[in-house]
Amino acid sequence: MSIKGKAYVMGAFEHPTREAPDKSTPQLHAECARGALADAGLSKDDIDGYFCAGDAPGFGAMSMADYMGLKNLRHMDSTETGGSSYILHVGHAAEAIAAGKCSVALITLAGKPRTGSGGPRGGGFAAAPEAAFEMPYGGTTHNQYAMCATRHMHEYGTTSEQLAWIKVAASHHAQWNPHAFLKDVVTVEDVINSPMIATPLHRLDCCVVTDGGGALIVTSPEVAKQLKRPKVKVIGAAEAPKGTYGGKVDLTFSGAAWSGPKAFAEAGITPKDIKYASIYDSFTITVLMQLEDLGFCAKGAGGKFVADGNLISGVGKLPFNTDGGGLCNNHPTNRGGITKVIEAVRQLRGEAHPKVQVANCDLAIAHGTGGSLGTRHGAATLIMERE
Amino acid sequence: MSQPSEKKAPAVRKIFPPAVNEETAKFWKAAEDGKLLYGFCLACNEPHYYPRTFCPFCFSDKVEWREANGKGKVYSYSVMHRSPTGPYTIAYVELQEGPRILTNLVDCDFDKIAIDAPVSLVWKSSDGGAPVPFFTLG
Repeated sequence: MSIKGKAYVMGAFEHPTREAPDKSTPQLHAECARGALADAGLSKDDIDGYFCAGDAPGFGAMSMADYMGLKNLRHMDSTETGGSSYILHVGHAAEAIAAGKCSVALITLAGKPRTGSGGPRGGGFAAAPEAAFEMPYGGTTHNQYAMCATRHMHEYGTTSEQLAWIKVAASHHAQWNPHAFLKDVVTVEDVINSPMIATPLHRLDCCVVTDGGGALIVTSPEVAKQLKRPKVKVIGAAEAPKGTYGGKVDLTFSGAAWSGPKAFAEAGITPKDIKYASIYDSFTITVLMQLEDLGFCAKGAGGKFVADGNLISGVGKLPFNTDGGGLCNNHPTNRGGITKVIEAVRQLRGEAHPKVQVANCDLAIAHGTGGSLGTRHGAATLIMERE
Repeated sequence: MSQPSEKKAPAVRKIFPPAVNEETAKFWKAAEDGKLLYGFCLACNEPHYYPRTFCPFCFSDKVEWREANGKGKVYSYSVMHRSPTGPYTIAYVELQEGPRILTNLVDCDFDKIAIDAPVSLVWKSSDGGAPVPFFTLG
C-alpha cells in the first residue's frame, strides 16, 4: 500500500517568536496548534490523531494531549528522530490516515533553547549503549557535523567557500522574512571570516538558536475537500536511520541516500521534477551532503552544485529554504524539521514571500536529518504536490 | 571543590567518566590495565566497536574480546574552538584491526593533524571513572 494521494497537509503554522522568555514550552505547543488549526479552518475537537517528538514535555504524547484537551484522539505517535521527527510524522500521519486510524492529524513542535533552560535532551542519553564510548570525547553537534565536512573535503575537494554559498543563499532569502532571526545578506567572505567554531565550520556555517515552534494539520482527502485552503497532497514519504555500524563508519553520506530514493519512487517523480526544496540546514555541510544523497547532483559534486547562487530563488536552478532556513530564519528548539515542511507548504500554496516565491511551484520536497550526521541520525524525506 | 569566587575556566577539560554497565564492565576493567579491547565475532570474523556481547553484523553471540595493538590512522577530525577550556580535537581513528572509533587526539600539535596520519593509543584519566582511550600523532 502506498500513501500517495491518501493525505493532505491542510494547516501549517510557524510561531512568529524567536525569543520567548515569558512563555512556557507547553504554551508554545498549544499556540502553534491553535495557529495550524486556524490556518486549516478546523477546530480542536476535529483532531483525532496527535504526533509529537522529544521536545514535547512530559509523558510522550499523553501530557500534551491532556494539556491541550485533545479528547477525541484515536491515534498517537511520538516517534523521536530529533529535528527530522516532524517530517517523518507527516509520513506517519499519512499512513495512519490511509489505514483509517485517524482523519485529522496534528503535529506540534516547540521549545525555548534561546531563553529557557535545557532542550529536549533527557536523561535517557546517559543510559544509551554508546554513551560510555562517546560522551568522554566532548562530542557536540558542531564538531560531529564538522568531522563530516573534514572528510568530505578530503574525499571530494569540497571547499569552505562552496559551503559558504549555502549560507549566502539562505541569507538572500531571509532578508525578505520579517520574522527571520538573521535578516542581513552575507557574502562568502563574511562566512569565511567569521570565527572558527569547529574546524572546518565557521560561526556562519551554523544555524541559529531560537525559541518558538510550529504545527501542521494533515487530513484525509474527504476532510481536505471540505476545507477552503489550497490542497497540498502528500505523494511520497520515507525514513531511514543511519549509524556508526559497529565501527564501519562512513561520514561521506547521510540517511538521505536511503530515504530519498524510496520517497521519489513512491511519488513517481525524480529530483529533476522538484521546483522547490526545503533541505535541513543545521550546518552548511548538512545541506550539501543531503542534496547529493537525494540525487540533486552526483556524490561529491555538491560543492560545485551549491556555488554561485544555485540555491537562490530566482537566480539558481534549485531554490531552497526560501524562508531563510535554519541558517538564518528559525531553528526552534534546535529542531528544524517542521519549518522545512511549513515553507514547502507556503511555496506549493503560492503563499511564500513574493520575492522568493517559485513560479508554478507544483512539486516540493522537505528533507531532514535529525540527531548527528557524525554518529547516528534519522533521515526523513517528504514529497508534496499542489493539487 | 573549587571556590565559588574562582571565575576562571578550568585549565583542562574534564573527561566525562564512562558509564560502565554489565555488558561492558570487562572493557573498562581492561582499560585499567592499559588494554584497548574490541569485539570480534567468531561466526562471521568481523571486528566491531563499540563492543557488544553480540555481533552487530550477523547477530551471533559468539563474540570474544580481543586486544587492539593501539595503532591506527586518522579517518576524520575536527578541532573544537568553542570550548571554555581551550581547543580540543574530536576524531574517528581507524584501528589497524579495522573499526573506526570515536576518540580525541591529544598531546600533539593540532595543526599537524591530517587525514590518514598515523596515531597511537594513550590513556587519560576520566573525572572519577575508568581511564579513557585517546590517541596521539605518531
